[in-house]
Amino acid sequence: MDHYVDIISIFAENKPGKLEKITEVLAKENINILGFSIVSVKDFGVIKFLVDMPEKAYKKFKEAGFTVAKIPAIGIELEDRPGGLHEILKLISSKNINVENALVYVAETRKKAYFVFEVEDLEKTWEKLKDEKVKFLKSSDFIKNEF
Amino acid sequence: MQKRYYNPEIELLSHEELKNLQLKKLKRIVKKVYNRVPYYRNKFKEVGVKPENLKSLEDFKNFPFTTKEDLFVDYPFGLLAEPLEKIIRLHTSSGTTGKPKAIFFSKKDIWSQAKLIARALFMSGASSQDILQNSMTYGLFTGALVMHYGAELLGMLVIPAGPGNTERQIELMRTFGTTCIHMTPSYALYVATIIQEMGLKPGKDIKLKRAYLGAEPYSEETRKKIEEMLKIDVFNCYGLSEMGGPGVGFECPVKRGLHIWEDAFYVEIVDPETGEPVKEGEIGELVLTTLDRTAMPIIRYRTRDLTRLIPEPCPCGRTHVRIERPLGRADDMFIVKGVNIFPQQIESVLMGIKGVAQNYQIILEGYDEMIIKVEIDRDFFDGRIERLLKLKEDIAEKLRQAIQVRPKVELVEPGTLPISEGKAKRVIDKRIL
Repeated sequence: MDHYVDIISIFAENKPGKLEKITEVLAKENINILGFSIVSVKDFGVIKFLVDMPEKAYKKFKEAGFTVAKIPAIGIELEDRPGGLHEILKLISSKNINVENALVYVAETRKKAYFVFEVEDLEKTWEKLKDEKVKFLKSSDFIKNEF
Repeated sequence: MQKRYYNPEIELLSHEELKNLQLKKLKRIVKKVYNRVPYYRNKFKEVGVKPENLKSLEDFKNFPFTTKEDLFVDYPFGLLAEPLEKIIRLHTSSGTTGKPKAIFFSKKDIWSQAKLIARALFMSGASSQDILQNSMTYGLFTGALVMHYGAELLGMLVIPAGPGNTERQIELMRTFGTTCIHMTPSYALYVATIIQEMGLKPGKDIKLKRAYLGAEPYSEETRKKIEEMLKIDVFNCYGLSEMGGPGVGFECPVKRGLHIWEDAFYVEIVDPETGEPVKEGEIGELVLTTLDRTAMPIIRYRTRDLTRLIPEPCPCGRTHVRIERPLGRADDMFIVKGVNIFPQQIESVLMGIKGVAQNYQIILEGYDEMIIKVEIDRDFFDGRIERLLKLKEDIAEKLRQAIQVRPKVELVEPGTLPISEGKAKRVIDKRIL
């Protein structure tokens, strides 16, 4: 579905050099990172990327032996002004949606950015949000021709 | 009526009759080694026991243990209780280092062991109608030859195939209609894979009904897998050369624990550290005494294998005790916060948790801290950190319930811990002592 975008998640132990090994995969394959987040608990973490070639990234991480998952998420456009993110979050919380993880994708510096977030029940969340007067991020907005 | 037991007069003996029989035999064997084996006489004297001190089975725990090391004192003939002219066979067991253990058999010993095997094979449902392909190593190792004699005694047609050459193994199965195989679990899994790859249909191209697997540790999952792949029944067998080879413990069709023939072996489970008997049903080291062996009787042999007794009566009707399939080696035991722990206890908990992959490592550090590193299952990972945290918590809690110590759990990526092998080093002890 075009209104969902895929986030690549990688399981990583907290070890020096780990992050570098991960970004190396993307760099080598010419995959551009559009946004990322790192959640870390003591001994391990989960690193998440929004990339311009998600299928390829997923495949390459798998091949390189990483523990990787592809998670659909929803992206909403933010206005790049004070209170922009706050308004989107206000909307999300007013719908009683719990954000499990999020990252920001700056599409055009100082002009256009997206709040991209994961939720427990994607379908339900989409139903709650789809008629809102906001712009959703579509895969076709950023995905490059893969392979 | 169809015969259900090979030796009903022995297999169905009441507990009391069995215990009386054991005491009678123990008295005889203890007297024999005391009189004929200087090594045993000296050991008995050291701890101050004499054969006449054995009045009840309870007294037997005062007699000294025999360890692997003891087999090398007065090597190689020192433990013989019969003159060399009575000995007809030597088997050896490969030690990890140095000389092999030398085990001697008289004619009587060969056939009593064969009888135990025949009894066990019959228990599994085999008869003289069956064709056994014996794919263990023939030679110094007891595995193949002792099984061979037992199967012949039962009247099975034995194909002495020996191990290896998988294509020939499968060819033999197809040509002669092999119904039973005896091999190691890892080889059985390999053969099963090749049979599948060749597109051979179990029941049609391959007539296998049963497999007897032993000589190396393997999991219940692997058993089920082999059973499923070949559409057969897999029976676990346990044995060790020191006790005459295979046929010491054998599963019945209930497949819940291995019966040990108590008319031939006296079974004890002891704490591997203290040598004291454990409470019934608790894990400890298996200690065996040969009751019928004439050439080289062995008293209270420390097998180093860990298991526990299954005290409940077996639905198959046999009264002979069951042991859990050996869980590992006593040498692997470690103590944390005063609790004796075996890596196998940890392994069995971990393998029962969804999200956990094959490998794990136990690290002891600081002041008695236990850390368990667990590889996560690739397919379990869905990017959610909450799920990983819950998995960690689950593992720690289930381990606490099983071993009374709550470890710190660390999740690691699959493929990063050393590969699991039978003798792999699972425990790394870095404690400050």
